[in-house]
Amino acid sequence: MKYPRRKFLKFAGCTGALFVAAAAGLLKTGTAWAAPWNKNAFEAKAMAETLKGLGASGLIESKDITITAPDIAENGAIVPVAVTSRIPNTQSIAIIAEKNPFPLAASFDIMAGGDSYVSTRLKMGQTSDVRAVVKADGKFYTAAREVKITVGGCG
Amino acid sequence: MADPMKIRATLQGDTADVRILMRHPMETGTRKTATGVVPLHFIQSVIVQHNGRTVLDGQWSQAISRDPFLGVRVKGAKVGDKISVTWVDNKDDKRTDEVAVMAGA
Repeated sequence: MKYPRRKFLKFAGCTGALFVAAAAGLLKTGTAWAAPWNKNAFEAKAMAETLKGLGASGLIESKDITITAPDIAENGAIVPVAVTSRIPNTQSIAIIAEKNPFPLAASFDIMAGGDSYVSTRLKMGQTSDVRAVVKADGKFYTAAREVKITVGGCG
Repeated sequence: MADPMKIRATLQGDTADVRILMRHPMETGTRKTATGVVPLHFIQSVIVQHNGRTVLDGQWSQAISRDPFLGVRVKGAKVGDKISVTWVDNKDDKRTDEVAVMAGA
Protein backbone atom coordinates (compact mmCIF):
# COMPACT_ATOMS: atom_id res chain seq x y z
CA MET A 1 0.00 0.00 0.00
CA LYS A 2 1.56 3.25 -1.13
CA TYR A 3 -0.80 5.71 0.56
CA PRO A 4 -0.95 5.29 4.39
CA ARG A 5 -4.47 4.34 5.45
CA ARG A 6 -4.44 6.51 8.60
CA LYS A 7 -3.49 9.56 6.63
CA PHE A 8 -6.24 8.94 4.12
CA LEU A 9 -8.91 8.60 6.80
CA LYS A 10 -7.80 11.80 8.46
CA PHE A 11 -7.99 13.66 5.16
CA ALA A 12 -11.45 12.26 4.33
CA GLY A 13 -12.76 13.17 7.78
CA CYS A 14 -11.61 16.77 7.49
CA THR A 15 -13.10 17.42 4.08
CA GLY A 16 -16.37 15.77 5.13
CA ALA A 17 -16.71 18.08 8.12
CA LEU A 18 -15.98 21.09 5.94
CA PHE A 19 -18.68 20.11 3.48
CA VAL A 20 -21.29 19.74 6.21
CA ALA A 21 -20.37 23.13 7.67
CA ALA A 22 -20.68 24.78 4.27
CA ALA A 23 -24.09 23.20 3.65
CA ALA A 24 -25.40 24.27 7.08
CA GLY A 25 -24.29 27.84 6.47
CA LEU A 26 -26.11 28.07 3.19
CA LEU A 27 -29.47 26.87 4.46
CA LYS A 28 -31.10 29.45 6.65
CA THR A 29 -34.26 27.50 7.48
CA GLY A 30 -32.36 24.62 9.06
CA THR A 31 -34.10 21.95 7.00
CA ALA A 32 -31.29 20.17 5.25
CA TRP A 33 -33.01 19.90 1.88
CA ALA A 34 -35.17 23.00 1.36
CA ALA A 35 -34.28 25.59 -1.25
CA PRO A 36 -34.04 29.12 0.17
CA TRP A 37 -37.24 31.16 0.02
CA ASN A 38 -37.40 33.08 -3.27
CA LYS A 39 -37.58 36.59 -1.78
CA ASN A 40 -37.31 38.42 -5.11
CA ALA A 41 -40.28 36.62 -6.62
CA PHE A 42 -42.48 36.60 -3.51
CA GLU A 43 -41.96 40.26 -2.64
CA ALA A 44 -42.53 41.52 -6.18
CA LYS A 45 -45.59 43.71 -6.56
CA ALA A 46 -45.93 43.66 -10.34
CA MET A 47 -46.37 40.67 -12.62
CA ALA A 48 -43.21 41.47 -14.63
CA GLU A 49 -41.10 41.47 -11.47
CA THR A 50 -42.73 38.27 -10.26
CA LEU A 51 -41.90 36.48 -13.49
CA LYS A 52 -38.36 37.85 -13.38
CA GLY A 53 -37.99 36.56 -9.81
CA LEU A 54 -39.10 33.13 -10.98
CA GLY A 55 -36.60 33.31 -13.83
CA ALA A 56 -39.48 32.85 -16.26
CA SER A 57 -39.19 34.31 -19.74
CA GLY A 58 -40.66 33.53 -23.13
CA LEU A 59 -43.90 32.24 -21.66
CA ILE A 60 -45.81 29.88 -23.95
CA GLU A 61 -49.61 29.69 -23.59
CA SER A 62 -50.47 26.02 -23.09
CA LYS A 63 -53.68 24.02 -23.19
CA ASP A 64 -51.96 21.21 -21.30
CA ILE A 65 -52.27 23.12 -18.03
CA THR A 66 -55.60 22.82 -16.25
CA ILE A 67 -56.53 25.29 -13.53
CA THR A 68 -59.42 24.15 -11.40
CA ALA A 69 -60.99 27.08 -9.56
CA PRO A 70 -64.49 28.47 -9.04
CA ASP A 71 -65.79 31.06 -11.54
CA ILE A 72 -67.16 33.06 -8.65
CA ALA A 73 -65.73 32.83 -5.14
CA GLU A 74 -67.93 34.42 -2.51
CA ASN A 75 -65.20 34.49 0.10
CA GLY A 76 -61.84 35.77 -1.12
CA ALA A 77 -60.16 34.35 1.99
CA ILE A 78 -60.62 30.78 0.79
CA VAL A 79 -60.38 30.25 -2.97
CA PRO A 80 -59.68 26.61 -3.83
CA VAL A 81 -57.22 26.37 -6.72
CA ALA A 82 -55.76 23.22 -8.25
CA VAL A 83 -53.25 23.08 -11.09
CA THR A 84 -52.59 20.02 -13.22
CA SER A 85 -49.87 20.00 -15.86
CA ARG A 86 -49.85 17.37 -18.56
CA ILE A 87 -46.60 18.74 -20.02
CA PRO A 88 -43.90 16.03 -19.86
CA ASN A 89 -41.02 16.60 -17.41
CA THR A 90 -42.82 19.26 -15.41
CA GLN A 91 -40.24 20.64 -12.96
CA SER A 92 -42.15 23.34 -11.15
CA ILE A 93 -45.59 24.92 -10.85
CA ALA A 94 -46.13 28.50 -9.66
CA ILE A 95 -49.54 29.92 -8.77
CA ILE A 96 -50.05 33.67 -9.23
CA ALA A 97 -53.10 35.78 -8.33
CA GLU A 98 -52.41 38.66 -10.70
CA LYS A 99 -54.07 41.50 -8.80
CA ASN A 100 -53.00 40.56 -5.27
CA PRO A 101 -50.66 43.04 -3.52
CA PHE A 102 -47.94 40.39 -3.88
CA PRO A 103 -49.04 38.35 -6.91
CA LEU A 104 -47.02 35.16 -6.34
CA ALA A 105 -48.93 32.88 -3.96
CA ALA A 106 -47.01 29.64 -4.22
CA SER A 107 -44.23 27.93 -6.10
CA PHE A 108 -43.76 24.17 -6.06
CA ASP A 109 -40.75 22.19 -7.26
CA ILE A 110 -41.84 18.76 -8.39
CA MET A 111 -39.21 16.07 -7.89
CA ALA A 112 -39.06 12.60 -9.42
CA GLY A 113 -41.93 10.59 -7.94
CA GLY A 114 -44.17 13.61 -7.50
CA ASP A 115 -47.11 14.04 -9.85
CA SER A 116 -47.47 17.36 -11.66
CA TYR A 117 -50.55 18.28 -9.66
CA VAL A 118 -51.02 20.62 -6.71
CA SER A 119 -54.13 21.78 -4.96
CA THR A 120 -54.39 24.49 -2.34
CA ARG A 121 -56.47 27.44 -1.15
CA LEU A 122 -55.60 31.07 -1.80
CA LYS A 123 -56.53 34.46 -0.41
CA MET A 124 -57.52 36.89 -3.14
CA GLY A 125 -58.10 40.62 -2.68
CA GLN A 126 -60.23 41.18 -5.77
CA THR A 127 -61.50 39.67 -9.00
CA SER A 128 -58.45 38.65 -10.99
CA ASP A 129 -56.84 36.13 -13.27
CA VAL A 130 -55.26 33.18 -11.50
CA ARG A 131 -52.21 32.27 -13.54
CA ALA A 132 -50.17 29.07 -13.46
CA VAL A 133 -46.58 29.13 -14.67
CA VAL A 134 -45.14 25.69 -15.35
CA LYS A 135 -41.48 24.98 -15.98
CA ALA A 136 -40.78 21.88 -18.05
CA ASP A 137 -37.47 20.98 -19.72
CA GLY A 138 -36.21 24.50 -19.02
CA LYS A 139 -39.12 26.16 -20.90
CA PHE A 140 -41.95 28.11 -19.29
CA TYR A 141 -45.60 27.48 -20.07
CA THR A 142 -48.60 29.36 -18.75
CA ALA A 143 -52.37 29.35 -18.48
CA ALA A 144 -54.83 31.64 -16.71
CA ARG A 145 -58.37 31.55 -15.45
CA GLU A 146 -60.46 34.40 -14.10
CA VAL A 147 -61.94 34.11 -10.62
CA LYS A 148 -64.57 36.65 -9.59
CA ILE A 149 -64.39 37.63 -5.93
CA THR A 150 -67.46 38.86 -4.06
CA VAL A 151 -65.75 39.74 -0.77
CA GLY A 152 -61.98 40.28 -0.73
CA GLY A 153 -59.87 38.19 1.63
CA CYS A 154 -56.81 40.29 2.29
CA GLY A 155 -57.91 42.37 5.28
CA MET B 1 -44.91 23.98 19.28
CA ALA B 2 -47.33 24.22 16.44
CA ASP B 3 -50.52 22.19 16.25
CA PRO B 4 -50.37 18.83 14.44
CA MET B 5 -51.36 18.48 10.80
CA LYS B 6 -54.08 16.24 9.53
CA ILE B 7 -52.72 14.12 6.71
CA ARG B 8 -54.57 11.49 4.71
CA ALA B 9 -52.86 9.43 2.02
CA THR B 10 -55.01 6.98 0.07
CA LEU B 11 -53.79 4.75 -2.73
CA GLN B 12 -55.48 5.05 -6.11
CA GLY B 13 -53.88 2.67 -8.59
CA ASP B 14 -50.16 3.22 -8.02
CA THR B 15 -50.59 6.87 -7.03
CA ALA B 16 -51.10 8.07 -3.49
CA ASP B 17 -53.57 10.92 -3.18
CA VAL B 18 -52.24 13.00 -0.27
CA ARG B 19 -54.38 15.62 1.44
CA ILE B 20 -52.82 17.79 4.11
CA LEU B 21 -54.52 20.22 6.44
CA MET B 22 -52.17 22.38 8.49
CA ARG B 23 -53.04 24.66 11.37
CA HIS B 24 -51.50 28.07 10.97
CA PRO B 25 -52.79 31.67 11.25
CA MET B 26 -51.18 32.73 7.92
CA GLU B 27 -51.25 36.42 8.85
CA THR B 28 -50.80 38.76 5.88
CA GLY B 29 -49.27 41.57 7.94
CA THR B 30 -52.09 43.92 6.89
CA ARG B 31 -54.93 42.76 9.16
CA LYS B 32 -55.84 45.33 11.81
CA THR B 33 -57.32 44.69 15.23
CA ALA B 34 -58.14 47.06 18.10
CA THR B 35 -54.53 46.78 19.29
CA GLY B 36 -52.90 47.47 15.91
CA VAL B 37 -51.68 45.59 12.88
CA VAL B 38 -51.15 41.85 13.28
CA PRO B 39 -47.57 41.11 12.19
CA LEU B 40 -46.74 39.00 9.16
CA HIS B 41 -46.71 35.31 10.11
CA PHE B 42 -46.95 32.66 7.43
CA ILE B 43 -45.60 29.31 6.27
CA GLN B 44 -42.76 29.81 3.80
CA SER B 45 -41.66 26.30 3.03
CA VAL B 46 -43.53 23.00 2.70
CA ILE B 47 -41.85 19.71 1.90
CA VAL B 48 -43.54 16.40 1.12
CA GLN B 49 -41.46 13.25 1.34
CA HIS B 50 -42.21 9.70 0.24
CA ASN B 51 -40.21 7.11 2.23
CA GLY B 52 -37.66 9.82 3.05
CA ARG B 53 -37.29 11.05 -0.55
CA THR B 54 -38.49 14.59 -1.32
CA VAL B 55 -41.23 14.59 -3.98
CA LEU B 56 -42.47 18.16 -3.59
CA ASP B 57 -40.60 21.24 -2.38
CA GLY B 58 -43.02 24.13 -2.09
CA GLN B 59 -42.61 27.79 -1.20
CA TRP B 60 -45.55 29.90 -0.11
CA SER B 61 -46.47 33.54 0.35
CA GLN B 62 -48.91 35.01 2.83
CA ALA B 63 -51.62 34.65 0.15
CA ILE B 64 -52.26 31.03 1.12
CA SER B 65 -55.43 30.74 3.24
CA ARG B 66 -55.47 30.40 7.01
CA ASP B 67 -55.23 26.75 8.14
CA PRO B 68 -53.74 25.83 4.76
CA PHE B 69 -54.82 22.90 2.63
CA LEU B 70 -52.41 21.15 0.29
CA GLY B 71 -53.25 18.31 -2.06
CA VAL B 72 -50.52 16.40 -3.90
CA ARG B 73 -50.12 13.06 -5.65
CA VAL B 74 -47.21 10.70 -5.21
CA LYS B 75 -46.47 8.23 -7.98
CA GLY B 76 -45.21 4.68 -7.41
CA ALA B 77 -46.63 4.42 -3.89
CA LYS B 78 -47.68 1.27 -2.05
CA VAL B 79 -49.87 0.65 0.99
CA GLY B 80 -47.80 1.25 4.13
CA ASP B 81 -45.36 3.68 2.49
CA LYS B 82 -44.45 6.64 4.66
CA ILE B 83 -45.54 10.12 3.63
CA SER B 84 -44.08 12.90 5.72
CA VAL B 85 -44.81 16.61 5.55
CA THR B 86 -42.69 19.42 7.01
CA TRP B 87 -43.46 23.12 7.10
CA VAL B 88 -41.33 26.05 8.24
CA ASP B 89 -42.76 29.54 8.79
CA ASN B 90 -41.18 32.99 8.69
CA LYS B 91 -40.54 32.85 12.46
CA ASP B 92 -38.61 29.58 12.00
CA ASP B 93 -41.34 27.63 13.75
CA LYS B 94 -41.65 24.20 12.16
CA ARG B 95 -43.65 21.02 12.29
CA THR B 96 -43.27 17.55 10.78
CA ASP B 97 -45.96 14.87 10.68
CA GLU B 98 -45.96 11.45 9.07
CA VAL B 99 -48.63 8.96 7.95
CA ALA B 100 -48.70 5.62 6.20
CA VAL B 101 -50.43 5.24 2.83
CA MET B 102 -53.83 3.52 3.19
CA ALA B 103 -55.59 1.34 0.66
CA GLY B 104 -58.06 3.31 -1.44
CA ALA B 105 -61.77 2.65 -1.72
